Amino acid sequence: MPATNAEPIVVVRDVHKSFGPVEVLKGVSLEVAKGGVACIIGPSGSGKSTLLRCINGLVPIDQGSIRVGEFDVHTLKTDAEKIALRKEVSIVFQQYNLFPHKTALENVMMAPIHVLKEGKDEVRLRAAALLKRVGLSAKADAYPGELSGGQQQRVAIARSLAMRPEVMLFDEVTGALDPETVKEVLNTIKALAQDGMTCILVTHEMRFAREIADQVYFTDGGVIVESGPPAQLFDHPTKERTRAFLSEIL
Amino acid sequence: MALGTLVGLFLGFAQISLVTPVKKGAWLTTHFFRNAPWLVLLFYCLFLLPFQVTVLGLTFPIPDWIKATFGLSLPVMANVSEIVRGALQSIPTTQWESAASLAFTRRQTLWMIILPQCIKRMLPPWMNLYEILTMATVLTSIVGVNEMMSLTRQALSAENRPGLLLAFYSYVLFWFFLYCYPIARWTVRLEARYAVNI
Repeated sequence: MPATNAEPIVVVRDVHKSFGPVEVLKGVSLEVAKGGVACIIGPSGSGKSTLLRCINGLVPIDQGSIRVGEFDVHTLKTDAEKIALRKEVSIVFQQYNLFPHKTALENVMMAPIHVLKEGKDEVRLRAAALLKRVGLSAKADAYPGELSGGQQQRVAIARSLAMRPEVMLFDEVTGALDPETVKEVLNTIKALAQDGMTCILVTHEMRFAREIADQVYFTDGGVIVESGPPAQLFDHPTKERTRAFLSEIL
Repeated sequence: MALGTLVGLFLGFAQISLVTPVKKGAWLTTHFFRNAPWLVLLFYCLFLLPFQVTVLGLTFPIPDWIKATFGLSLPVMANVSEIVRGALQSIPTTQWESAASLAFTRRQTLWMIILPQCIKRMLPPWMNLYEILTMATVLTSIVGVNEMMSLTRQALSAENRPGLLLAFYSYVLFWFFLYCYPIARWTVRLEARYAVNI
């Protein structure tokens, strides 16, 4: 694992967010070092996904601050500023959200061509290499509808990687998959983390979190109840709520 | 139809605009023309538009058929606008979200990601509208444009033989069918082409 004392690339400070009368995030803070892997665990509705969406500016925050690399996310106003941020921070969703009218290869190629304005031939080579990296070279010309959930999710990961992000966010990426395909996706993420990619994962895969994370955050009711290195949090949780959650799930 | 479709497309875009005045304006335009009778709009255009325009000292007459085309394109525009809006809004918002997270601009998302997925959904109602418009062209006879119906009536009155009535109108129906059917087939082909496992 990369050294955790490296400079933090993602700094979240006291973030509050409400949807209407419901306060989803009630002052959340976390830090992720460059090349580090953070896992966020917790029951549904505890604001985990919202937090990820806040980090890449998809959801504006009400209070607090978020810094990613050189971007102060909470101050970004214009679309152009948010677009600059999203070239650095990419998110992979639970429901894959591939573009159904494009083949796997085209899905990966689209953003580099139209957003990064790179040459088509070069992008094609890079996209093919990325599909190979996620083990899907054979499916390059398949449409998302012809792929299994796990395959679609790996295409989605390749699509995000094609933007050469500094930070990858994974929002319950295995949540919609059957147990067997979960593994192929997790292995892909693990390989990424080992290559030094900064990753923030929202996950229900506790064993995976323990294996891959430098730091695990347990959230409930819009706050971080407890955080720490996986060995400590999983084996010696200090808070009653954490213990209750872990005993339910493990 | 082409004019109405083109303008209607942009009006449909405007209806989902994030800029409130644009959105409200497009909504009002759409609903005004969609809820107005076609014949009234036709009369309106015919009597409101000038008979001729003078540009740089040259005078161009505006023939009735141009005015009629314009008049019919207004309701088409409004209907297309609604077809487009409905189709755009039927695409899951997660598609917008995932495009945004890949740093696509809103305009790029609309043209490259959302609209291509809409085509399949827009074709059947668009074809409906096209056939309705074709049928509505006979309305222009009322305002004095020479279209098939008025020509038929002229021919009938010239001949003054009631026995031909059935034959003539059957002939007209046949031509309308002949005009519309290939287009209907063509849209079915298009639908199949855009149906990629969505």
